[in-house]
Amino acid sequence: MGKTAFEKIWDAHRVSEIGDGTDLILIDRILLHERTGGVALKSLHASGRPVNDPAQVFATMDHIVDTLPGRSDNTLMPTGRDFILATREASKEAGISLFDLNDRRQGIVHVISPELGIILPGATLVCPDSHTCSQGALGGLAWGIGSSEAEHALATSTLRVNKPKTMRITIDGELAPGVTAKDLALYIVSEISSSGAVGHMIEYAGSAVTSLDVEARLTLCNMATELGAFSAFIAPDEKVFAYLKGRDYAPKGDDWTAALEQWKTIFTDADASFDKDVTLSGNDVPPMVSWGTSPQQSMPVTDDVPLYSEVSSRDSRDSYDRAIAYMDLEPGEPLRSFSIDAAFIGSCTNSRLSDLRRAADILIGQKVAPHVKAICVPGSTSVKALAEAEGLDKIFLDAGFEWRESGCSMCFFAGGESFGAEERVITSTNRNFESRQGPKTRSHLASPETVAMSAIMGHIADARMLAGKESR
Amino acid sequence: MKPLKIVRSLAVPLIVDNIDTDIIIPSREMKSVSKTGLSDGLFAGWRYTAVGSREINPDFVLNDAKYADAEILLAGDNMGCGSSREHAAWALAEYGFRVVIARSFNPIFRGNCIRNGILPVKLSPEPIAKAEGQITVNLEAMTITSEAGDGWNFELETEAREMLLEGLDPIDLTLKRAADIAAFREADRARRPWIYNLKAG
Ligand code: SF4
Repeated sequence: MGKTAFEKIWDAHRVSEIGDGTDLILIDRILLHERTGGVALKSLHASGRPVNDPAQVFATMDHIVDTLPGRSDNTLMPTGRDFILATREASKEAGISLFDLNDRRQGIVHVISPELGIILPGATLVCPDSHTCSQGALGGLAWGIGSSEAEHALATSTLRVNKPKTMRITIDGELAPGVTAKDLALYIVSEISSSGAVGHMIEYAGSAVTSLDVEARLTLCNMATELGAFSAFIAPDEKVFAYLKGRDYAPKGDDWTAALEQWKTIFTDADASFDKDVTLSGNDVPPMVSWGTSPQQSMPVTDDVPLYSEVSSRDSRDSYDRAIAYMDLEPGEPLRSFSIDAAFIGSCTNSRLSDLRRAADILIGQKVAPHVKAICVPGSTSVKALAEAEGLDKIFLDAGFEWRESGCSMCFFAGGESFGAEERVITSTNRNFESRQGPKTRSHLASPETVAMSAIMGHIADARMLAGKESR
Repeated sequence: MKPLKIVRSLAVPLIVDNIDTDIIIPSREMKSVSKTGLSDGLFAGWRYTAVGSREINPDFVLNDAKYADAEILLAGDNMGCGSSREHAAWALAEYGFRVVIARSFNPIFRGNCIRNGILPVKLSPEPIAKAEGQITVNLEAMTITSEAGDGWNFELETEAREMLLEGLDPIDLTLKRAADIAAFREADRARRPWIYNLKAG
């Protein structure tokens, strides 16, 4: 019986079995950010334990740091400065690489890791952040951990991990024009629910997945945690190898040749089996927007806000009622009739160069509706520089978007800057929980194109209308 | 960490599905670079009348005086979903919870509980909520019993159980295998040199 790609990587990293399905797994790369990294490093230091291999550890400033132009160590979040200073000091003390403010390599942890060639096919990578699963898009095993686990990984270069079950999600067919990886991610969670992959390692497969470029794959894998998954993974292919070649920390010279040879063995054998196998058709996926307070509460942008009877197979009455009330929606009304207060393009889901380009294609020559506050936050300092080199910043600014420094920004509310209470925000991020983007804020998740189009229209809108593909 | 063998307490019935870690500890309450000082912010959005306020919401179950010393929390499905922040477990532990009983757990949250001395029990909490008075959780016997004599069995992985029973830290356990890890890494370095040929900076 053959092995899944996941099992191949897992077995190659198993130092020993601990029992009860738990293995001691070798960790190749550890990523930290200022929100929890400083805490983990300091706590480790206080317990008298050194970092086992500092060269394999990288830290960035993304979660708390401001994204306003001219930012400094001082933050809108009270006490944010303490996190920044603690992470800087602890990184230095531990001898790990830090991508600090003003470093060209700074950015959202899951954006910079692929960009710098830190995550590699077949490698294990952990980070104390639940969207670490994004990085599985490059064919590595990347998953989110807690702070104590981060300390464990730092101290021992291993983790004790309960081996997840395996799940293949095959997306056949192809995505229609104007439909993106983000729409696919929202579609999947609306189909299989936010607990549909609990305890499972997902392998995304099928023609609609392999035809995605690397950046779009990162978007797809990003939201695996919204399915409750352990993580997600896509078998690495030529697109990934071409993407990685020459990146800062990618293998060079003989190492590159040897790595490439090994990476080509990372695929699921034809006779391997999965604990769960789900097939969906990419042809069925429309542009999606979340209506509720869980990502599974997502719907086609052109539909009406669902009645309870339409979602009763997935939502309890309580959670439906609560979401409708919180989001201030009228069941049966078109989602597109709801006016928005703000539009946000950013986050580890959708803030890479290709995302900004597609949004800019919609914004060019247009103006954001006067009542809408619109913000674009490039995912990394490097994305920002590349975007500026091709003039995207001007398109965003001319349209009425703010153009920010890179970071997590208003993807989540850390106690500093946020959207206002009861404001309706269309957002390219990944979580729409209550108060995620600020106390009582109402978040609608969507693709960057949908966000851009909605910003122009002043209400939730279908970006395909620009191309005349869909009527209003 | 304090060893956990037998916990006897009232159980707080907060049987709601999908309690995410931001509900357990809102990010605005995570103000300091430390694992402590979080219990005050536990369930802040539900426990207090307004954001940033400390005025008690009398309708929230945790504010019921009879649960002031409760060490057991009952929850619904998908307990601890959302952000992987370990602060959720730290806040629960600091507040005084030693056992969380839920219909199901988010796996990251569940692991964080074990690492921080909280026993996660997967069980339907509804019958327990109906049990009058104190309940007893016995980790050695892996049983839960009510004063009325109802009983339930639960399961836990051997190592998690050992850690909780002895109050051990997993890093201690793993460092006992440091020589194995070093040998494994040496062999791996020969197989995959590119993983190791990194320079910090
Ligand atoms: S951008 Fe948002 S989801 Fe991504 S790491 Fe930052 S806070 Fe988390």
